[in-house]
Amino acid sequence: MNLVAGGIAWILDPANWQGAGSIPVRIGQHLLLSLVVLAIASAIALPAGAVIGHTGRGKQLVVMVSGGLRALPTLGVLTLFGLWLGIGLAAPVISLVILAVPPLLAGAYAGFEAVDRRTIDAARAMGMREREIVGGVELPLGLPIIVGGVRSAALQIIATATLAAYVADVGLGRPIFQGLKTRDYGEMLGGSILVILLALLVDGAFALAQRLVVPAGVRATRTRELRSRPARPRTAVGRPIHEGNRQ
Amino acid sequence: MIEFRGVSKRFPDGTLAVSGVDIVIPPRKTTVLVGSSGSGKTTLLRMINRMVDATDGQVLIDGTDVSTLEPVALRRSIGYVMQNSGLLPHRKVIDNVATVPMLRGVRKREAHAAALELLDTVGLDRSLAGKYPSQLSGGQQQRVGVARGLAVDPNILLMDEPFGAVDPIVRSELQQELLRLQGELGKTVVFVTHDIDEAFLLGDQVVIMQQGGRISQAASPAEILANPADDFVADFVGADRGKRLLHLREVDGRQLVVDDDGRAAGVLAS
Ligand SMILES: Nc1ncnc2c1ncn2[C@@H]1O[C@H](COP(=O)(O)OP(=O)(O)OP(=O)(O)O)[C@@H](O)[C@H]1O
Ligand SMILES: [Mg+2]
Repeated sequence: MNLVAGGIAWILDPANWQGAGSIPVRIGQHLLLSLVVLAIASAIALPAGAVIGHTGRGKQLVVMVSGGLRALPTLGVLTLFGLWLGIGLAAPVISLVILAVPPLLAGAYAGFEAVDRRTIDAARAMGMREREIVGGVELPLGLPIIVGGVRSAALQIIATATLAAYVADVGLGRPIFQGLKTRDYGEMLGGSILVILLALLVDGAFALAQRLVVPAGVRATRTRELRSRPARPRTAVGRPIHEGNRQ
Repeated sequence: MIEFRGVSKRFPDGTLAVSGVDIVIPPRKTTVLVGSSGSGKTTLLRMINRMVDATDGQVLIDGTDVSTLEPVALRRSIGYVMQNSGLLPHRKVIDNVATVPMLRGVRKREAHAAALELLDTVGLDRSLAGKYPSQLSGGQQQRVGVARGLAVDPNILLMDEPFGAVDPIVRSELQQELLRLQGELGKTVVFVTHDIDEAFLLGDQVVIMQQGGRISQAASPAEILANPADDFVADFVGADRGKRLLHLREVDGRQLVVDDDGRAAGVLAS
């Protein structure tokens, strides 16, 4: 209990809210780093997942890539890239991208895969081009699951971005590592609490987004089904994706 | 006019879905493909709009081999209605109907106006325009499907078991609507069903298909009943039993028509 109190005291200490390494600056760095990583990983994984989900070809690739990448311990990868690339942001960015690709790829793939084949077939039969099917049918209908993948990736990135402080003076990992070194457990815990809060906040935002992107027509089905079967609530779409959370 | 010349389709897994089909589908008439499950009806139908490409032979529309036509353009010129309507669940009824015209470059306002008229045509209230497919009954969804098929004012309308998933009362209602529509519009309709009664009701020409995708007989319902090509056809249409085998029986001085089970089917006009 004392420890937690120490952590909260550290967070509330006005001295920690000013200057170069202040809490707002750290939070900003942490978020920016996470955002950059998410953007890079999305740019790689989402189109790949979309292509694989749309064509139905390369499913093995998804399983292999996400399984293989997930088995990599992020700390090990970071150390390796850190030794190779030296101090700086390059190593953490690469390691975090590797961490984020599997859930993004799986989400995009599953989102496209989940769209009813008959709907796609009808769209094609009435003369929609493949890219019109991707953009006008599969993407809107698969979006809740795709966003679920992004959500899962974002959560992992934010939690793991603390490791960036291992090789660069960036983010909320810094007070944790520093506190550990100087045995300032208040600082260490304060940093952890901030990371947890940040992760919860971002996760909540994505949870909201995930609900908002359910197309109105699909939502209409869902409420109707829920009403007719009140005893057995179920999500029609956007089944949450539970990924392993290894580091 | 649609013409199949020696058309076969073998799927990559080796299944021979259609074999050696020669048939002429006359314009402005309804041709019904009927047969049991797996007899190749859907495959045959989908070769018309190149959703399936023949592995042998030719499919001609007004003399043009469809394999020389660009698939997307071809499909946009042909109406397609399927079981479970195939509507886009995230688009409102009106947007579903207007989808293809808008892809073809018709402006939204005009496409919507035309879509509303099509709702009238298929007997749907305009107030449904703003609803989503999931908010409609199965019968209403099928009507929207028909409206969507008609939206590009196609000469050809392909219908794959469009009324297969609705209850018998609604089905019979939709069948009557289709007859009325066809009387007004005169499209070349190719209709797939496995219900022989539906085939005889709707078809000017009925094409009876057998396992292996072969055609047993293609003729008018009257010819098929009068002259079944073989035992398979006779058995399939049930010409030798039940409600199709009718007898005359005199009751109280009037000639009644009764079926093979002795149930009265009607009165003979004098
Ligand atoms: N894409 C495909 N790949 C392999 N085989 C297929 C494919 N599509 C259809 N078939 C096979 O071809 C045969 C004819 O199928 P088709 O769908 O044309 O039958 P159908 O007469 O429409 O049947 P139903 O009444 O059940 O709809 C079946 O044996 C089916 O399994
Ligand atoms: Mg079929």
